Formats: sequence, structure tokens, C-alpha cells
Amino acid sequence: MKVDERVCNALVLFGMLALPLWALAQDEPFTITLVTRAVILALAAVGLNIVLGFGGMVSFGHAMFFGIGGYAMGILAYHAQTYMPLDLGLFTFEGTKSMPVIWLVAMVVSAMIALLVGLLSLRTSGVYFIMITLAFGQMFFYFAISWAAYGGEDGLSIYVRNDFPGLNTLVPIQFFGVCFAILCVVLFLVARLRASPFGLALNAARQSGVRVETMGLDPMRIKLVAFILSGAITGLAGALFADLNRFVSPSMFSWQLSGELIVLIIIGGVGRLMGPVIGACVFVALEHALGGLTDFWHIYLGVILLCIVLFARGGLIGLLTGKESAHV
Amino acid sequence: MSSILIIEQILNGLQFGVMLFLMAAGLTLIFGVMGLINLAHGSLYMVGAFATAAVAGATGSFLLGLIAAMVAAALAGAIIEMVVIRRLYKAPHLDQVLATFALILIFSEGTRWLFGSFPLFLDIPDVISGPVTLPGGIAYPIYRLTLIAVGLAVAIGLWLLIERTRIGIQIRAGENDREMIAALGVDISKLYTLVFALGAALAGLAGGLVGAIQSVQIGMGEPVLILAFVVIVIGGIGSVRGAFVGALLVGLTDTLGGVFLPEFFKLFMETGAAQKTGSAISSMSVYVLMGIVLIWRPTGLFGARS
Amino acid sequence: MNRFMVAVTAATLAATTVAADVKVGMITTLSGGGAGLGIDVRDGFMLAIAQSGRDDIEVVIEDDQRKPDIAVQLSDKMIQSERVDVMTGIIWSNLAMAVVPAAVNQNVFYLSPNAGPSPLAGKGCHQNYFNVAWQNDNLHEAAGAHANSAGYTNSFILAPNYPAGTDALTGYKRFFEGELAGEIYTQLGQTDYAAEIAQIRASDADSVFFFLPGGMGISFLKQYADSGIDLPVVGPAFSFDQGILQAVGDAALGVVNTSQWNKDIDNPTNAAFVETFEAEYGRLPSLYASQGFDTANLLLSALDKAEPSDADAFRDALRAAEFDSTRGDFAFGPNHHPVQTIYAREVIKEGDIFTNKIIGTALEAHSDAYAADCKM
Repeated sequence: MKVDERVCNALVLFGMLALPLWALAQDEPFTITLVTRAVILALAAVGLNIVLGFGGMVSFGHAMFFGIGGYAMGILAYHAQTYMPLDLGLFTFEGTKSMPVIWLVAMVVSAMIALLVGLLSLRTSGVYFIMITLAFGQMFFYFAISWAAYGGEDGLSIYVRNDFPGLNTLVPIQFFGVCFAILCVVLFLVARLRASPFGLALNAARQSGVRVETMGLDPMRIKLVAFILSGAITGLAGALFADLNRFVSPSMFSWQLSGELIVLIIIGGVGRLMGPVIGACVFVALEHALGGLTDFWHIYLGVILLCIVLFARGGLIGLLTGKESAHV
Repeated sequence: MSSILIIEQILNGLQFGVMLFLMAAGLTLIFGVMGLINLAHGSLYMVGAFATAAVAGATGSFLLGLIAAMVAAALAGAIIEMVVIRRLYKAPHLDQVLATFALILIFSEGTRWLFGSFPLFLDIPDVISGPVTLPGGIAYPIYRLTLIAVGLAVAIGLWLLIERTRIGIQIRAGENDREMIAALGVDISKLYTLVFALGAALAGLAGGLVGAIQSVQIGMGEPVLILAFVVIVIGGIGSVRGAFVGALLVGLTDTLGGVFLPEFFKLFMETGAAQKTGSAISSMSVYVLMGIVLIWRPTGLFGARS
Repeated sequence: MNRFMVAVTAATLAATTVAADVKVGMITTLSGGGAGLGIDVRDGFMLAIAQSGRDDIEVVIEDDQRKPDIAVQLSDKMIQSERVDVMTGIIWSNLAMAVVPAAVNQNVFYLSPNAGPSPLAGKGCHQNYFNVAWQNDNLHEAAGAHANSAGYTNSFILAPNYPAGTDALTGYKRFFEGELAGEIYTQLGQTDYAAEIAQIRASDADSVFFFLPGGMGISFLKQYADSGIDLPVVGPAFSFDQGILQAVGDAALGVVNTSQWNKDIDNPTNAAFVETFEAEYGRLPSLYASQGFDTANLLLSALDKAEPSDADAFRDALRAAEFDSTRGDFAFGPNHHPVQTIYAREVIKEGDIFTNKIIGTALEAHSDAYAADCKM
């Protein structure tokens, strides 16, 4: 039996909202934290899906933006919490504990780095693109490890979650609300983006750069813009993730994390709007359920992932909704 | 810094590079012939190291251990090729990445389940342990010289195999045009299994050889895997010659960067800070090298030009 | 291990019917490359709990995979969902820094069986945080002190380039009175030390100090032994614990390392611990197992006097530390870190097994350099 993709999408979002509310009623705050984690990972993967799914560029270094977002939060909040202004030469900056400001900084910095990395990386394609993005990710990883001013390998602890006007973000359900709202807004914008002329051009650039060029468009430029948007969204997710854990460390830059983001998308369905969201939910649920069963839970996770690749082409959405084209 | 020290460091870089070549050769062959990105290649390296440690521990013979490493890794490679990989040749790169990522999880925890959580013992055989004095008064471990020799021998052997034998012709043909050689009556699925097993055996050999001077433990394959990918990308994917040049470049950059960058920073910083800065930058040096090569030549040094 | 798994499962099952009085959350590393340490801490801890015969203590054990974000998530789970009274188990300093400050501020007690990062001993100390192992610098300081008494005057020192590595070299230099022939920071996770060994060979050092925990130390020692350099090596116990010595083999024989514990420390508690641990798990206990065992016994001693719900009384009971430690005398300093004797041990071979033997005392009644900064 095949389900309509829109119905499926609506059900997923509804479930993501209902589970924490149920947990709130049952007084199970950890379940809320767990769903929040899925929401944030989903957001990061939604960002990655713009380049990977819509644009066909397999970035194996997106943890770079996740980490930049995390460190943007970490550094700003660290200076605010220790009352040590950040000396930038021309002027000093007090640091901040305000979430909206942190989000803005995280997105702007991620976008700028994405511009630079994209300019250099997009000269390559295919496997070379995978590897050059990995290389940039590794550079950031090793840099963060040796950056003693902000904790190096130990990372930075931020003891109290940052502030959002009118909310107490330390209450799990309120922080969940913030993250869920952001995810919905971003999903809405991404859906609009995909249907816009830009999204269509990006889809065309994925299929054939030459044809796009003959239309008078510059495929490089389209891909670069997509890469920047994608980096900014993943950076925003990184800032939220850091706030969820009240902690940042170089592991946010690790290649394993880049790999996990890709895995989330494939589980859900590449190029599908809600693919990353479903993938993140399934991944977090598996991690949580299997981890409690056995010491050797990685084996089972591996087997399940293998089965998804071998028997559920097009990801779980593909399995549920049938072979409808992923690209409108 | 004396010239003896510099020569010794160059030897170290060569030795590291040659070992990377053993890993990278298999990866690049598998990619060249089958178009497959095999993240599980590092697991085969680990399988080789564990097989060597287990067999050398039981029989006391390091050589038997190495043979076991190649056999075990080749077997593991052939099995995963037939059970999993074979279904993925037509799949997009992404599915291959996920499937081989899943294999890493299975291999790592499976090995831990079999051998326990503690590192295994594996030592250099007595005959080739200890240092030897080279011309010019350089004391250098015999075992590392042996590694360089073995690596070069394998490189020559591979070159002969590919250039001078019937299988080599099939491999080269497979890289160029898969449909054609299938049409010419070559059993393509047998050829694929064979190439996969060959690449796996080389990774297993590298694992066994390096395991003797390093720690035989779970997860030992992943750092090497990443470097091996860097190597084949620098060399140009699919090119064994490129893998050789790339491996030496990466080995030398990594080793010499770690030695000379801190010295360089000492010229204008105090010792401790220079050490830390130099070491931080040298850990990025390999990736910087790869970035530069790709920006200069987007398909690597010896890659096919589009 | 299997038998113990049954015990835990049984405890969990029991807990679903009758709520346990005291709930302990253990977050430790049970999968991946660093699993050996976490398993030892867990086994030592559970051995003591089993020996106590108390069935009103429930221990919830979770695997952090050595990832800080997983550890933080598990900590949230322990506090929000399991509602534990006491937490323990973390092996790595960076994970401890991610988890401990938040946990102790939510009125949970934390007993550290391994990591002792300097911020938690100094300015960031907390009344609910107790370290049962050591402050991170301790064993390195002892290595420096040992180098003095061994008459070394020119050391070559190396450690990975990360905060614990910096602490290690700082700790060594704090006590070592000689000159430094060289100071190197290696990459974290580095496996080939040929370049560093060549620099040691080229230097005029009379001794080598290194801090390379886990697999890094195995690699270094094997390569160092093969290089033919015969300068004496000193290091902290982390590269010479029971779990990895067998993997290093002959290359470690005769190396002096510093530790607050060894299996030949002569007291009845320790003798019984070594014997029962070996009988239960079929292997010799390591440093980490002894720390896990001591942590559980400290907890048990405090539970005999007070309930965790009465936080002040429970804290006083912990601070008194009236339990039989495998280390002999055990006392907390003002910052809740141990004041203890640190020994110099030598690696020997007993039959087919490599192990350590105490050869002397490196530091007596040693506290740490940060206690003065702690305002509790």
C-alpha cells in the first residue's frame, strides 16, 4: 500500500510534535530531550540535503558548518559567562547569551566559510568533491583540537542554556518548541525554494550543467549559492545542538559526524523534503533502543543500515510512498 | 639540525608512504575497475592486523601470520563483495558510502566480540629487530627498512601484474569499458571478486606489517583509511601509479611537516608555543596538500582528464 | 562478564517491581577503541557492589562511545528520566568536563573513578564532586619527582597536542629539576613515532618522559624498543596498565612508571580485591579496575551512614572517606581530590604475564597544585 508523500510528511511532523507533548504529560523529560536531538539533527541534514539531494553534490564535510555553528555559540556564550570581553583589535565584544544573536552569527559565519570552501571545492566534482570537502572538514577538526583558548580537545562547557526572549530555555519542552518551530520554518522555506526558479535551476544543474549553461545560467553560481544556503542552515543546527548539550567540542567537526548526516538523509530518502527528518527520527530511535540492549549494538545498527541500502532503495520515504520522482 | 637527522626523517617519510601505498593501491584499483567507494577498506586492514597477531601468537611465526593476514583479508573481501557489494555496482555512490559505512560498524564490533576489548600483542620477529648502521653513521631500524623493501616489491609486482599478465589486461580493460569486456566473454563478476580480494589482501598485508610496530586494536583502520583516500585523490582515482606518487607525497609531507614546522616556528616564537603551533599546523598539512592539488588539478595528479 | 550482565539484568528486573532505594548512574566507555578502560572501571565497581550484598542499590549503566555529546545526552537521561542520586563512570577528561559541571549543579553527586581535569580541582570545584582516582597532573608530577631521585638531569619529554597532554608536560616540569633536551607535542591518535624517536636519538638527553595513553603508548614503546636507543623511559601508569601491557610485551620490560595503585600493595583489602577480581573475570585487575572498586566502596561507606536525599549528611560521609581502599590509607583534600602516596613501579614478567612491581615511593601524601584555588 502506498501513501501519498504529503500525508506521510504531515504525519511525521505531527508525530514529532505529539511525542514530546505526551512525554510532558507522562513527566518523562528525557524523551523530550531525545526528540529535540532528532529535530536538531534533522535540521542539519535538511541543510545538507540542499546540496546533496537537490544539487547532487555529495559534501563529506558538512560537520564543518555544524561545528562552526557550535563554536559560534560556545565562544559568544563563553565570553558572556566569564565576563571576559572578546578583544577583536579594533573593538571589544562582550559576548552574548541571546539565542537570536547567536543564531545570526552562526549562520553568517557558516555562510562566509561556505562561500570560501564552495569557491574552491566546486572546481571539482564527483568523488573528488567528496574528498575535498572532507579535507576542509578535517582542517577545521584539527584546528579546533589545537585551539587551546577555547578548550582544545576538551571543548567548552556553557553551564546555562542561552536565553530566548520570553522563554525559560532550560525547561526541555520550551527548548523543544524553539527547535521545532525553527525546523518547520526552514522546511517551509526549503519547500518554497525547491519549487522556485532557483530550485528548478539547481535541479537542472544537478542533471546537466551544460544544458543549464546553454540556457544562459551559470551552473557554478547556482551550486555555490546552494552550498552557502546549505552551510548556513547546518550552522544554525550546530548552534542549537551546542545549546541542547550546553557544550561544544571538536567532535562536532569530526568526519564521522559528516558521515552520520549523510546516513540520515539516505535512510529517509535522498532529495525528498522530509527525508532527513524521517532519517533523523529513525536514527536517534535506533541509537536509543539498541544501545540499551547489548554492548555490541553497533553490529545490529550496521545490519539494519545494510538492509536499508539493499532493500529500501530511495530510503524509507521511497518505501512508503513508492517510486514517485524525488524531484518535482 | 644535522643532515643525518634529515636523512633519517626522509627514510621515515618513505616508509610511511610505502605502507600507505599498500592501502591506497587496493582502494584505487577497486574504484578504477568497479567504480566503488569502499569505506570498509580500513576494516580489512584491521582484519589483517588481528589475523597476524592471532596466528603469530599461536604458531610463533610472523611469516605465517602475514600469510594468514592476506588470506583472511582476501576471504573477508571476497565474502563482502559477493554478499553485499555486488548488489551495489549500479547504485549511486551514496548507497555505496552508506553500505560500506555499515560494514565498518559490523567489522569493528564483530572483531571486538571475537577478540575482546584490549589491544593484541604482535611483535617484530627477532631476526629483523633492532637497528642497523647505514653508511654515514645513521642507525635505523632493520624492520622499517624491510617495510620499505616489501612495499617497493609489492609496487613492482603490481605493476608487472597489471602491465604484463592476462588478468592485468582484463583489469585495464575493465577500467575502460565494462560492457565491452563482458561482451568479449570475460566473466566480469569473477574478475570483480578477484580484484576486490586482491585489494583486500594488500590492505591485510599492510595491517599485519604495521601491526608489528603499532597497536593492534579496534578502530585502527579508520585513520589510515582517511589518509589512503587522501592519497588516491591526490594521485588521481583509479591510477595505481598516482597512488604510488600520492602515497610518497603524503608520507613525506606528514613526517617532515611534523619535524620541520615546529623548528620553523621556533625562529620567531618561544619553544613551547612554537611546538604547539607547529604541531597543530602539521596535523593539517596533509589536507592542505590535498586541497592545493585538487584546486590545481581537479582530478588529481594522474587522474583522467575530462 | 556474562555473569555480571545477568546480575545487572536481574537488578533491573527487580527494580521494575520494587523500586530500589538508591540509584546510581554509570556513564562509561564500553564500545570502540577505548572500551577496555570503561569495562575495567565497570567490572571493579560492580564487584564491590556485588560483594556488599546490598540489593537496594540499582546501577544503571550506559555506553558513552567516548563521544562528549552522547555523554551529555546520557547524563540528561540519568538525571531527568532515571532520576539517579549518584553518578560515576566517566573515563575521559573532555567527557567529564562536558557532564560533571551541569550534573553537580542539579544536586546529583558525582564520584569520578578516572578523569581529574584541573578546572574541577581548582576554580571549578564543587561540593558534590568527589574524585576517587587522582587529579590529572598527579602521576606526571610523580614521574618528575622520580626522575630527580633517579639522578636524571636532561629529559626529552613528549605528549599529544591536547589539554591533557599539556597538563602532563606541565606536571612533569613542575617537579623535574633538570634541563629539557627537547619538548614535543605529537598528534592525538598518532600511530607512528619514527620522527620523534629520531629526534630523541639526535638529542643529548639522558632520559625520556612520555604521556601517550592507550594505543598511542603501545605504538611508541614498540617502536622505541626497536630503535635501539637505550635511554631510560619514565611515564605515568596509563601506558603500562594491566590491559595493555600484554600488547606491548618485552618492549616495556624494566620501564619505570608511576601509579597510586599496584596489585602488590600490601594490605588485606587489596589482596582480596586482586584475588576475587581474577576469580570473577579471569584476568588480573588494572589500575582502572582498582579505581572503580574504590569508588564503589566509598559510595557504600557513605550509604551506611546517610541517604543521598539528606545531601549534607551524605556529603559529610563521603568526605570522611571511611572505607578500606585498595591503596591503603585514603583521604580527601579540601577540594575533594585524593591526598595519596604515588609509587614508582617497574614492569616485570611473572611467568608469561607482564605486570608491575613497586620499586619505591615517588611522592608521599601528595595533593595537587590546584587545591588552593578551590573555594567551596
